[in-house]
Amino acid sequence: MSGTIQGATGTWEMVIGLEVHAQITSNSKLFSGASTAFGAEPNTQVGLVDAAMPGMLPVINKVCVEQAVRTGLGLKAQINLRSVFDRKNYFYPDLPQGYQISQFLQPVVGAGTVVLDMDDGRTREIGITRLHLEQDAGKSVHDLSPDRTYVDLNRSGIALMEIVSEPDLRSSEEAGAYLRKLRSILRYLGTCDGNMEQGSMRADVNVSVRRPGADYGTRCEIKNVNSVRFVQQAIEYEAQRQVDILEEGGVIAQQTRLFDSRKGETRSMRSKEEAHDYRYFPDPDLLPLEFTQAWVDEIASSLPELPDDRKARFVGELGLSPYDAGVLVAEKEVAEFFEEAARDRDAKAVANWIMGDLFGALNKSGLDIARSPISAAHLGALVDLIADDTISGRIAKDVFDEMMKTGRPPAEIVDQRGLRQVTDSGAIEAIVDAVMESNPDKVAEYRGGKDRLFGFFVGQVMKQSQGKANPKIVNDLLQQKLSG
Amino acid sequence: MSTSLTSLTIADARAQLGDRSISARELAESHIAAIEASRALNAFVSETADRAIADAARADVRLAKGDAGVLEGIPVAIKDLFCTKGVLSTAGSHILNGFVPAYESTVTANMWREGAVMLGKTNMDEFAMGSSNETSYYGPVLNPWRRPGDNRDLVPGGSSGGSAAAVAAQLCLGATGTDTGGSIRQPAAFTGTVGLKPTYGRCSRWGIVAFASSLDQAGPMTRTVGDAAIMLKAMAGHDAKDSTSVDVAVPDYESVLEKSVKGLRIGIPAEYRIDGTPAEIVALWDSGIAWLKDAGAEIVAVSLPHTKYALPAYYIVAPAEASSNLARYDGVRYGLRVDQGDLTEMYETTRAAGFGAEVKRRILIGTYVLSAGYYDAYYLQAQKVRTLIADDFKQAWQKVDVLLTPTTPEPAFGVGEKSDDPVAMYLNDILTVPANMAGLPALSLPAGLSSQGLPLGLQVVGRAFDEETVLRVGRALERAAAFDGRPAPWWRSN
Amino acid sequence: MSLDKATVARIARLARISLPDEDLAPMADELSGILKWIEQLNEVDTAGVEPMTSVVGHPLHHRDDVVTDGGCREDILGNATETADGYFVVPKVIE
Repeated sequence: MSGTIQGATGTWEMVIGLEVHAQITSNSKLFSGASTAFGAEPNTQVGLVDAAMPGMLPVINKVCVEQAVRTGLGLKAQINLRSVFDRKNYFYPDLPQGYQISQFLQPVVGAGTVVLDMDDGRTREIGITRLHLEQDAGKSVHDLSPDRTYVDLNRSGIALMEIVSEPDLRSSEEAGAYLRKLRSILRYLGTCDGNMEQGSMRADVNVSVRRPGADYGTRCEIKNVNSVRFVQQAIEYEAQRQVDILEEGGVIAQQTRLFDSRKGETRSMRSKEEAHDYRYFPDPDLLPLEFTQAWVDEIASSLPELPDDRKARFVGELGLSPYDAGVLVAEKEVAEFFEEAARDRDAKAVANWIMGDLFGALNKSGLDIARSPISAAHLGALVDLIADDTISGRIAKDVFDEMMKTGRPPAEIVDQRGLRQVTDSGAIEAIVDAVMESNPDKVAEYRGGKDRLFGFFVGQVMKQSQGKANPKIVNDLLQQKLSG
Repeated sequence: MSTSLTSLTIADARAQLGDRSISARELAESHIAAIEASRALNAFVSETADRAIADAARADVRLAKGDAGVLEGIPVAIKDLFCTKGVLSTAGSHILNGFVPAYESTVTANMWREGAVMLGKTNMDEFAMGSSNETSYYGPVLNPWRRPGDNRDLVPGGSSGGSAAAVAAQLCLGATGTDTGGSIRQPAAFTGTVGLKPTYGRCSRWGIVAFASSLDQAGPMTRTVGDAAIMLKAMAGHDAKDSTSVDVAVPDYESVLEKSVKGLRIGIPAEYRIDGTPAEIVALWDSGIAWLKDAGAEIVAVSLPHTKYALPAYYIVAPAEASSNLARYDGVRYGLRVDQGDLTEMYETTRAAGFGAEVKRRILIGTYVLSAGYYDAYYLQAQKVRTLIADDFKQAWQKVDVLLTPTTPEPAFGVGEKSDDPVAMYLNDILTVPANMAGLPALSLPAGLSSQGLPLGLQVVGRAFDEETVLRVGRALERAAAFDGRPAPWWRSN
Repeated sequence: MSLDKATVARIARLARISLPDEDLAPMADELSGILKWIEQLNEVDTAGVEPMTSVVGHPLHHRDDVVTDGGCREDILGNATETADGYFVVPKVIE
């Protein structure tokens, strides 16, 4: 899974750029007042504008512009105070106007960057070329009839941000990390829900290969890939395909390809074989999009803390490792859960509970953090119970399981089930004495130098106390009595 | 049934409806009868007599209650480029075969709200592309005017030829038109009627089938300048559904009509004296200058150096926009569909069958000038020239208040006379196109007859959103010209 | 610029208008004639001139983000030649 491919003739390097289409979070469409809600009956969320009825005209949604600017700011990008909407002309049944309103020469957002945190602790800076606003197309359904295609325009006209990266990515892992990071930023900003299953984020993947250090090779574009995993699979397959062709002395034809997720393959798209000639020109139904720096500044001042800043804070202020901080900030909801649970507590301990037990349990039940039966407050309370010696770490695991099942607060579970830790040294001493009395041979062996039997005594005492004895007191007493 | 009711002006009809000396119903009925007797002109694609009677009945109720709108009870005809709810709307094209919109254009909705009565939808050049009304799928409209002693049919001009003919033949008191390069003013000039293209952005384009979005503008076609003022008031206004509609107040145009033009500066652009302009057109122009001078206006020679480039630039910009605007006619959601072969074949055969020759020509020109490698040389150059044309006008407004020019380089020509030579046909718009390229208001009014007895028009062009001055100068010219020519009703079947 | 038959065929294809072979040459002549006349624009010195984007001098006005449209499927589908189960229907598209 590295970015290089060892061919028979030597090493090849992958060069990858992504064009991500992110659906803007808004109530209504980019140029019409129809709803953007997902999953409606076909053609019920279609206005006259979206169906391109004769004489219909676009009027821009203010919030969509604001969302694009907010995203641009989140990508530390250049914001263009004047941009222009162009028409991209082509015929397709799910494109009712016969053109897509997009931004070609003058996009609303220019160059920016995304920082990737790789698993090995490295960071990589990936260039953003531009971000522009455009309309989504409708949906063509090919499997409802053997010889007809059905067209649903519910999605037609929904606002998209097309976010174009530089060809800076060098492996499928980096492409995956980039997509996850971009998704994280958009979700922090609230500009896109990042829901890939519902098509809120889709990527066109540009792949080429070259000898390390050589000029870029000819690229192929894989259209409309809708999950991180598929993007990675498509890159691996496509890069290998290109290497195979080149190694046999062939040349790469610049092509638009499709990823077949069932077969794990890319293949040429028949419908796109014809040479593109989109005949872009400024949309005469719209005027240039203009706004002031003051308005941009106002949006900038309302930006939330973004994952990179939050990560730096978790490391700097809370003392988490960069790795742990990276894991916790990736999802906005997780980061917020963590912050609430860790408030005025040992952040490292809370982080361990979340990344270990909680993630494991949620994963097993197929839940995400938003639907966690254990609230952040309850998890924090659990950590408190350990810290003040009310329960031991061992008992805490049982309490956690119960919390996961019932959602009840930990103190209630501890009280009801009588799990409070025994810290009364007299009571513990009695148990220690009893254990020593009933195992005289083991006591003798221990005193004869068999040190490792110490664990046996600890285990016996804990067992007798049903796990409630304070482990530190148990240790101290055993040390004292056995050596005596 | 009184025929005199059809010869009223809107202003007179309004007065008589107001004092209840006539009813909206009888006014509507006399027009319905006139339309039925005038089918030889082919001015209408759809006649909506039942609708007219119902509208008139409602108008009579409102008139009786005293809450009449600006056009209460006034029978009008609507160019078939306007989408009208529940009424066939074709844009003169076969590709919109059977299309009945579920919505009403903003301009017509404004008129109905003001009480206007709909008589029907008028014939037009297909998608408003034409200067003779010969490109309509529904056949050519004939000009009510003929050369005296000559039975040959003349064109009414285009693209709003049906509306112009209907107004001239007294089949309605006023009609809507649209003007992309002269489509209101040139047919007005050819039929001895008044046509006003307002400032771009004055009337909403919402619900009007688009030809060239940056140029299209709806306006009134009437028999007097005063009637144009009344109708424009009802049609105009900001519309949040059209991003290019401008949010400025709509003045009471009528109130300034009779104001003197004394002291107004009238620009006479040298470049509109085009080589080969017939002497009678030049003479008419000179008369116009004299009339305004007599009325106390100041005549100022001005120069608009890029005038001659307006028409070729127009023939890049308009087809380019049209090629994209007409991409939606693909047989999928409305109109004609020729179901044959695969999807691409369906598109190609549908569009080949649905569009006429002129529309195809313009779509192909527009596609070509936008295509890879040609965009800069054609489209970008044309838009730069357009900036220069607009700058010429801005310079002129430093010195003058309006411009006075002829509307057309010649009077109405014969049916079939220019159909084989596209460029010769295009040249008809040479004097009207510059105002579209700069988005300015422009009025054509009948000012005299040619040597062959056909009406000739003068054009007044004004500053953006200064329709008031344009109408005021137009009214002064109308008064002085005292044009009272009417075509002999050769077309009437009873 | 004079257009040849192949170019006319290419732009007709881009515009999705079928033109029979016998019409290509006459159409090429017609379009060439129009383009030749149009090319007088090349005489104009436009160095440093901004292309016109709109004659309207005011900024683009915005819409509030509220749902005001949709829920009118009969109106949307009512003029279509072929529909089924609430969808528009076209000949099979192969991707």
